[in-house]
Amino acid sequence: MPSYWSAVRAVLWKDLAVEWRSRQLLAAMLAFAVLVILIFNFSLELDAVARRTVAAGVLWSTFALAGTLGLNRSFVLEREGGALDGLLLAPVDRSAVFFGKLLANLLFLLILAIFTLPLYALLYNVNVFIPGPLLVTGLGMLGYVAAGTLLAAMASAARTRDLLLPMLLFPLVIPVLITAVRASSGFLSGLEMQYIWPSLNVLIAYDLIMLATAYMVFDFVVEE
Amino acid sequence: MKANPMQAEKPRLLRVLEWLTVISLAVALYLTFFYAPREAVMGEVQRVFYFHVASGWLGMMAFIIAAVAGIAYLSRRDMRWDVLAVACVEIGIIYAFINTASGSIWARPAWNTWWTWDPRLVTSTIMILVYIAYLMLRQGLEDPEQRARFGAVYSLVAAVTVPLTYFSIRIWRTLHPVVIGSGSPTAEGGFDMTSRMLVAFLFALLTFTFLGVTLIWQRYRLGQLNQHVEQLRAEVQD
Repeated sequence: MPSYWSAVRAVLWKDLAVEWRSRQLLAAMLAFAVLVILIFNFSLELDAVARRTVAAGVLWSTFALAGTLGLNRSFVLEREGGALDGLLLAPVDRSAVFFGKLLANLLFLLILAIFTLPLYALLYNVNVFIPGPLLVTGLGMLGYVAAGTLLAAMASAARTRDLLLPMLLFPLVIPVLITAVRASSGFLSGLEMQYIWPSLNVLIAYDLIMLATAYMVFDFVVEE
Repeated sequence: MKANPMQAEKPRLLRVLEWLTVISLAVALYLTFFYAPREAVMGEVQRVFYFHVASGWLGMMAFIIAAVAGIAYLSRRDMRWDVLAVACVEIGIIYAFINTASGSIWARPAWNTWWTWDPRLVTSTIMILVYIAYLMLRQGLEDPEQRARFGAVYSLVAAVTVPLTYFSIRIWRTLHPVVIGSGSPTAEGGFDMTSRMLVAFLFALLTFTFLGVTLIWQRYRLGQLNQHVEQLRAEVQD
């Protein structure tokens, strides 16, 4: 019987291999993210001052919207070929499947950030490469995919799968969006840490609570 | 499964509750409009307070019962818990919406705006959206057992995130008055309740508790009868 972590790694590796062979998802997410940033530019009339104050908001809206593309694929692909049943037959704890999927989704989002952040910095002349916002990006994405991976597993079983996921996900990740935007714009505008900690604390609490909840309920989602 | 004739008959306690609800609604209306005094600063519009808080209480009560019913379903696997959860969510959405709408009517003269981005307002609106998503999730699922399971999981996750939504917005200062307990210094539109106001307020809470139990019970019976019809239909088709 394989160990827990090797099972998690195997699921992660499988998802990365699938993506490496098709290269559809990341390309779509990136193109979509660029489009969203452009749309914000035209719809918000971003001048030099506004760029600094809304930077975190535009970036997080982009991540949240582009992120659903990846989350949707994550389980729809498995259900299509009946591959999920195969995965669940493996003699490992089912939460290993969840965490493997979660890490794959997190990695896709981080790759998206690696491309989007420099592009944003270049197009809008805002330096986002300071440790604070990068840390917040990581923490926020962790909470986002923890909720997203769980809900994607449920949405993929429904008739209206692609339509359903954003409806299910967005009301539940609002704490992530609010705290991540507030903390990173706090960092970007050079606020003192005492004003940033409250947001960071809620964000960290969300990550821990969501990971624990998803770990506990994932078995109920995939039992067939 | 055999047909259960007892199920179709309305329980006596429910009939009593119906009458109790009708009478106490009439009394609550009288207390709100004639017994409770006119509030000195805000005037007549303050009277919306009694039903505003009471419908918010009913909505919260329904959502909490729905979350508990979800947990009970996951551990017992009895479809009756699922029927109860749906009943509570549907009634909860309606009263949470009445709560928001009546609050908006009050906010227009008191805060001079229909809407403000206050933690309580945003949280209650997000809660409504969460439970609308809950109903949409159920609609997309064919298998009743899976529908019940996913519904329970979703309401559980929602119950975890809604308080965090409140806290994350709470980091800003709040404007919403806290009439019961300690008030925030930045709140606008707060007031001290006189004893007559307190009577009208507590009676409105009691009335809406009766109303909530009656409505949820009716919706629960409807859900069970629906299931029964489905079963009979399946038997006929076999």
